[in-house]
Order: sequence, then structure tokens, then C-alpha cells
Amino acid sequence: MEETTTLDHSADVYEPSLTPDALGKLGMWLFLISDAMSFGALLAAYGAIRAGAAEWAPPSEILGIELTAFMTFLLICSSVTMVKALEAIQNGDRGRMCDFLALTILGGVIFLGLQAYEWAALIKHGLTLTTIPHHGLTGAEISGSALFGPTFFTITGFHGAHVTGGVIYLACLLRHGWNDHYSADYNHKVEIAGLYWHFVDLVWIMVFTFVYLL
Amino acid sequence: MEHAHKEHPKYMRIFWILLALTILEVVVALPFLREPLGQTITALLLIGMACSKALYVALYFMHLKFEQRTLMIIALTPFIICVFLVFMLLPDLMDDARHEGLKAESQVVDTSH
Repeated sequence: MEETTTLDHSADVYEPSLTPDALGKLGMWLFLISDAMSFGALLAAYGAIRAGAAEWAPPSEILGIELTAFMTFLLICSSVTMVKALEAIQNGDRGRMCDFLALTILGGVIFLGLQAYEWAALIKHGLTLTTIPHHGLTGAEISGSALFGPTFFTITGFHGAHVTGGVIYLACLLRHGWNDHYSADYNHKVEIAGLYWHFVDLVWIMVFTFVYLL
Repeated sequence: MEHAHKEHPKYMRIFWILLALTILEVVVALPFLREPLGQTITALLLIGMACSKALYVALYFMHLKFEQRTLMIIALTPFIICVFLVFMLLPDLMDDARHEGLKAESQVVDTSH
């Protein structure tokens, strides 16, 4: 008699199993949280290195702000097209979802192209893993810790890798969209992919501020 | 078939807010404002604007505002841990004696060239 009451009690304590879409969403959130900690650690390390350095070259003298401000704008736009894609498929409009997904991918690809262009220009200018340029963008002579390069390339590179992964992820989604996989009743995978894409946007907002503007 | 979580907020409004904050950030970072404001105030303004932008993305684009509260608590943990991390590093960074040591060290390196 006492045993059955214990069993009943334990049945109340345990939570029900996760439903398939809640499981996927929670899984993505957990991944993003661990990923956020990686980015947090990178940014904190950057802050520690910069604050601990005897001299640090002003980022605005080495990195162009105009181009990266445009890249920030681009990622914000691609986040908007991503939510619009989700909105479209939840309203049952598959064609519209595919269009918006394609626009999102285009935004990501242009972002990557601009980043490759930026890296190439910076390396040509003298910013490498071991050196910083002798002259800034305004022509003024600059000096500072040679750790500027490694911190810059590690953080923007890690983020760029995330954008690359996101473009591939969204391309798979678009292929499924073309093959009629998603509908008004089956679209949680679009939402989960969106979470990842918005996270990459969120991280870039932080990177833009801490690495370029500060 | 009305589901509460399928009601979408006005995304274009969020877009304009994010765009305005980005422009404001770039303006604050320009030398003509940065110099009179000072490094500390500029940094606080920039970090404040970046955090509010991140918050808008998480709350609206990632639908955190419309999810279970538990998820918001889970999502806040990395942020809290990152703030802890910065504060754990601060005492070491604020150590002036260490700074002086580093400066002296770099001068030694300079003269040896």
C-alpha cells in the first residue's frame, strides 16, 4: 500500500518526455549556449590581452569601420529575411519561404565575400599573426602589441566559420523547401535553423562593438 | 487554428531599431565624439548599445520573449558566466604595478633592437 503511494508520488516528480519539436529547439538552444560561452571566452581573452598590453594600437587606425558597419547591416537584414521565411511557411506559403531563405543565404555569402576581401586587404597592409602595420589608415605612424593580429583573426575567423556553417545549413534547408518538405504544420526545423542564424548575427553585433569600435 | 507562438511580432520595427542603434554606435565611435566623451563613457555607451541590440535579436528574432520563462533563464547563464569571467580577470588587469612592469619590459625589448 505504501509502495503504490511512493510510485504515484514519483510519477508527479518526473517531467514528461520532450516532444520532438521541443527536443530539437532545446537541443539547439543548448548548443548555442555552449557556443556563446566559447565566444564569451574569446572576447574575454581579447579584453584581458588588450588591457594587459603595454601599448595597443587603436583598432580604428588599422581596421576600416565603414565596411564592417555595412557587414553588420547586412547580417541584420539577413536576420529579418530569416524571420520572414519562418513567418511565410507558418502561413503555409512555401514559395515565399524559399525566396526569403535564398535572400538570407545571399546575405551570408556576401558577408563572407566582404570578410575575405577585408582579410586580404589587412594582410596586404601588414596585419598578420605576428605583425601590425607601420602606418594607420590615416597615414599616422602606429605602434602597439603584435597580439593585435592573432586576437583579431581568431575572433573574426571563428565567427566567419560560423557564418560558413550557417550558409551550408540554410542551403540544406532551402533544398528541403524546394522538395516540399515543409508546410504550415511542419516547420519547426526552419525555426531551429533560424535560431542558429540569429545567434550568429547576435555574436557579430558583439564582435563589431568589441573588436572594431572600442 | 490559432497558436499563440505563431503570432509574429512586427519585425520591421525591430529592424529599424537595430539599424538606428548601429548608426548611433558608429557615430559615437567617431573621433569627434569619442574624444570629448572620454574613453570610459564611450566604452559604456558602446557596450550598452551592443547589449540592447543583442537583447532585441534574442527576444524578438529568436522568440525568447514568447517562450517558456525557463528557456530565458537557461539563455541567460552564458551571459552571467561571461560577466563573472570578466570580473575574475579584472583584479589582475587593474594591477598598476604589473602594468609598469610590462612597460619596462617592452622598453627593454625596444632598446635591444
